[in-house]
Amino acid sequence: MPPAVAIPLRAPTAPKVPFLSLDTVWFQVAGTLCNLSCNHCFISCSPTRHAHEIMTRADVRPYLDEAASLGVKDFYFTGGEPFLNRELLEILEDALRIAPATVLTNATLITKARADDLARLGAASRYSLEARVSLDGLTPETNDPIRGEGSFDAALLGLRELARAGFHPIITATQSWRDEEDRGLRERFHRFLTDLGLSRPRLKILPLFRIGREAERTHGYEPAERLTEEHMRGFDPWTLQCSSSRMVTSRGVYVCPILIDSPGARMGATLRDTMRPFPLAHGSCHTCWATGASCRN
Amino acid sequence: MARETVSSNGELALNGCELEGALAFVGGPYSNHLALRAVLDDARRRDARRIFCLGDLGGFGPNPGKVFPLLEEFGVVTLAGNYDLALAARLAECGCGYTHPSDNRFAQLSYDYTNRRTTEAERGWLGKLPTSIRFQRAGRRYLLCHGSPRRTNEFLWESASSDAFLTRLAGEAGADQVLCTHTGIHWQRELPDGSRFINVGAAGRPANDGRPEVWYAFLPPGADAAELIAVSYDHEALALEMEEEGLPAEFVETIRTGWWTTCLEILPAKERGRGKF
Repeated sequence: MPPAVAIPLRAPTAPKVPFLSLDTVWFQVAGTLCNLSCNHCFISCSPTRHAHEIMTRADVRPYLDEAASLGVKDFYFTGGEPFLNRELLEILEDALRIAPATVLTNATLITKARADDLARLGAASRYSLEARVSLDGLTPETNDPIRGEGSFDAALLGLRELARAGFHPIITATQSWRDEEDRGLRERFHRFLTDLGLSRPRLKILPLFRIGREAERTHGYEPAERLTEEHMRGFDPWTLQCSSSRMVTSRGVYVCPILIDSPGARMGATLRDTMRPFPLAHGSCHTCWATGASCRN
Repeated sequence: MARETVSSNGELALNGCELEGALAFVGGPYSNHLALRAVLDDARRRDARRIFCLGDLGGFGPNPGKVFPLLEEFGVVTLAGNYDLALAARLAECGCGYTHPSDNRFAQLSYDYTNRRTTEAERGWLGKLPTSIRFQRAGRRYLLCHGSPRRTNEFLWESASSDAFLTRLAGEAGADQVLCTHTGIHWQRELPDGSRFINVGAAGRPANDGRPEVWYAFLPPGADAAELIAVSYDHEALALEMEEEGLPAEFVETIRTGWWTTCLEILPAKERGRGKF
């Protein structure tokens, strides 16, 4: 492992993003535990990583209620792999009484019964339940070197079950290709999903964040890849998700889903504690600024 | 006649006794002048004392210039949608930001067509529209906007807007009744604190329900709850006009069948699931 580059916690020039509105609350509901160990994972999730623990229904409940009292718009549930959490369905049921919800999964643990249970939850709520599935290639040959041996075939089985149960999953891919290949690849992705039987394919492309395991695979951020006041001049802060969302894990409330392993990103114990500006001092902040990326659907 | 003042933030404040009478609220006409006329006729038949249009005059349909005289003829009080602001500012695209390549192509085709046929005078008129309208009616504070009270291009879908969120939006806006459009699908909800959101739907495009009718919202005198009204019109004539103008067959199909065929990625699960595509 290469030596860690010391990142100044708060560079003196780091601009602050204002906190505008608590629209979205994320839950790291499976902690950093995942049945896969993707080589680009920005929080290095794996079957044995306990940096953030699985959240129980009782852990999540007070945050759902607090979010409701603060006027939350929607909830997202991620990990790790959320289906490693045995109480996931009950947690989703609690959430869907309050607001629409999205669950982010690698689909490899989606059985027929689980897909049917999810569909029942979605149908019982006045709010939408969305399923988002990560995939990083259109073949085992392109996907599995990133996501692990056998993960492509397992994800396809899960995707088919979700489609059969009436979901229109949003496929999330991390952009591991060059910008000039982008358009062709998006079109191939859509064709692939249609052929798979997803009649209404939706695709979300996320940029690579060069932290966690991705930093070990390639390289981390250069010191120059930091935001300054200059970058923020005339920039609409709504574009940055940290102006209107927060991430809850077993260890407290963090600024965003990307930075839960980064120093200074834990902002407090309750949502209300964290409704304040945040210094954009991280390389990943530069990625969000430069790409317009948001973890939302 | 109401006294009208537009403030520097683009808000039009209205008052006048006719606001206590029946009111009609019309969502995006999208250049569908035949549907718009049918809706305005319907509102007049019901003795609407004032008719409001919540923006997005152009896009999708044929010959955008035909909408403006109708708004004038019926004295429609109009606010600006994101499409109107884009045309007024001569932007190169509507900025919908779809991810499906064909959705982007359709959005651009539609915007380019409308942009080419919008006159300088029309751009100037669009640029002067207010972006929100406020008035009091039966002791309740009304706010009319295009997308949401805080942003012109924010979608308020029924299945993606929590009670908690809508209650906060209404509170922050200081309104008891919020009327909006932008999504193209009508709904209304009374919130636990007694405030109410009404998405008035679209006057220019059917509601992805397999019916060719378009929808608008009508408030009878004294009522807080809207009647959401379906209006039929000569949609076949509009389909033919769109074909003459060389607009995409996919758009024409929507007019004929009532099912949306393009730009569907933005729909939440429930709204998407109810449609055909």
